[in-house]
Amino acid sequence: MTDESDDNITMRVTRYRPDKNDPPVPVDYGVPLRKEWTVLDGLNHIKAEQDESLAFRWSCRMGICGSCGMNVDGEPRLTCATFLSDYAPGPVRVEPLANFPVVKDLVVDINDFMEKLPRVKPWIIRDDDVTEIDGEYLQTPEELDAYKQFSMCINCMLCYAACPVYGLDPDFMGPAAIALAERYDLDSRDHGARERLDVLIEHEGVWGCTFVGECTRVCPKHVDPAGAIQRYKVKAAKESVMAFLLPRAAGR
Amino acid sequence: MSDTRYHPPVRLFWWTTKRSYFLFVMRELSSLFVAWLVLFLILLVRAVSRGEAAYESFWDWADTPWVVAINLLAFAFLVLHTVTWFNLTPQAMDLRLRGRRLPASAIIGAQYGGLLVVSAAIAWLVLR
Repeated sequence: MTDESDDNITMRVTRYRPDKNDPPVPVDYGVPLRKEWTVLDGLNHIKAEQDESLAFRWSCRMGICGSCGMNVDGEPRLTCATFLSDYAPGPVRVEPLANFPVVKDLVVDINDFMEKLPRVKPWIIRDDDVTEIDGEYLQTPEELDAYKQFSMCINCMLCYAACPVYGLDPDFMGPAAIALAERYDLDSRDHGARERLDVLIEHEGVWGCTFVGECTRVCPKHVDPAGAIQRYKVKAAKESVMAFLLPRAAGR
Repeated sequence: MSDTRYHPPVRLFWWTTKRSYFLFVMRELSSLFVAWLVLFLILLVRAVSRGEAAYESFWDWADTPWVVAINLLAFAFLVLHTVTWFNLTPQAMDLRLRGRRLPASAIIGAQYGGLLVVSAAIAWLVLR
């Protein structure tokens, strides 16, 4: 199936078919090496021309939907934003995102993340009765700037694949969920910081993080989850000190 | 229904697979050497408090090749510990000056400045 001519590149794709190969096996496919082709284009070419049984997720092809995350040569990447020519002459390894159970071939089970996300309440919480029916929540450009960076998350989970803590301890809340908690904490319209802190102050919350920093490095949207987690640790530590010094004021 | 998913195992030497993971584990390991240097300092203070004979015998012990070797290794790890943590600090600190976020270089620079001042003060104390 492989062709090592100048205009081709070998894609070494990890295949997992529960009924056929357990554990997963690498399979080589030769695909045309074109300047404008991404790893995702290569996978689509394999599926269209060579093996229609190859399973992988994708949707928008433009770095918005966050569904095509895979490990490319060992690095978590959005395959729609990763060019084959950068891996020439190949072979380029394409594996499912690390740290997640594999359902089939390059498709991973993301239920763990979907279950964790609502626990940090990533939505605007108000402690008054004002609703959108009463009018818009107004915000200055400075107030928008305070959280904008953390709102760029597309839930692609590359950060979970890069995080060794999550790999070792799947109970860890993880980078994206904590970054999203920070996104709402920093929002001037939100009053839910206290509720989120109650969840994240636990060991499986922010304290699980040992600041490897890989989540920030692999993030395709420059969200900086590692920064969000460390700032949350500062908040949690302040809260603990305050609770110790002023026990009656705590829990306001 | 049985679980047909494949659960990738975590290998014992996962931290050797990437340079960044390796550096991280070395940074974590450096805490042991920081603890060793604290212990070394406590032993020195204890020797000082016990009089001249104890002080002399402390330095005889500190001059033995294996203690020198450990201290050299500890120094190397201490440098790694300092440099890596200084580099990470700006991510944890969101300092704002007149509404604008302080650049990372300013925070890192201030830390090296602080280190220099403290080192100079200690050098002055020891060498004067």
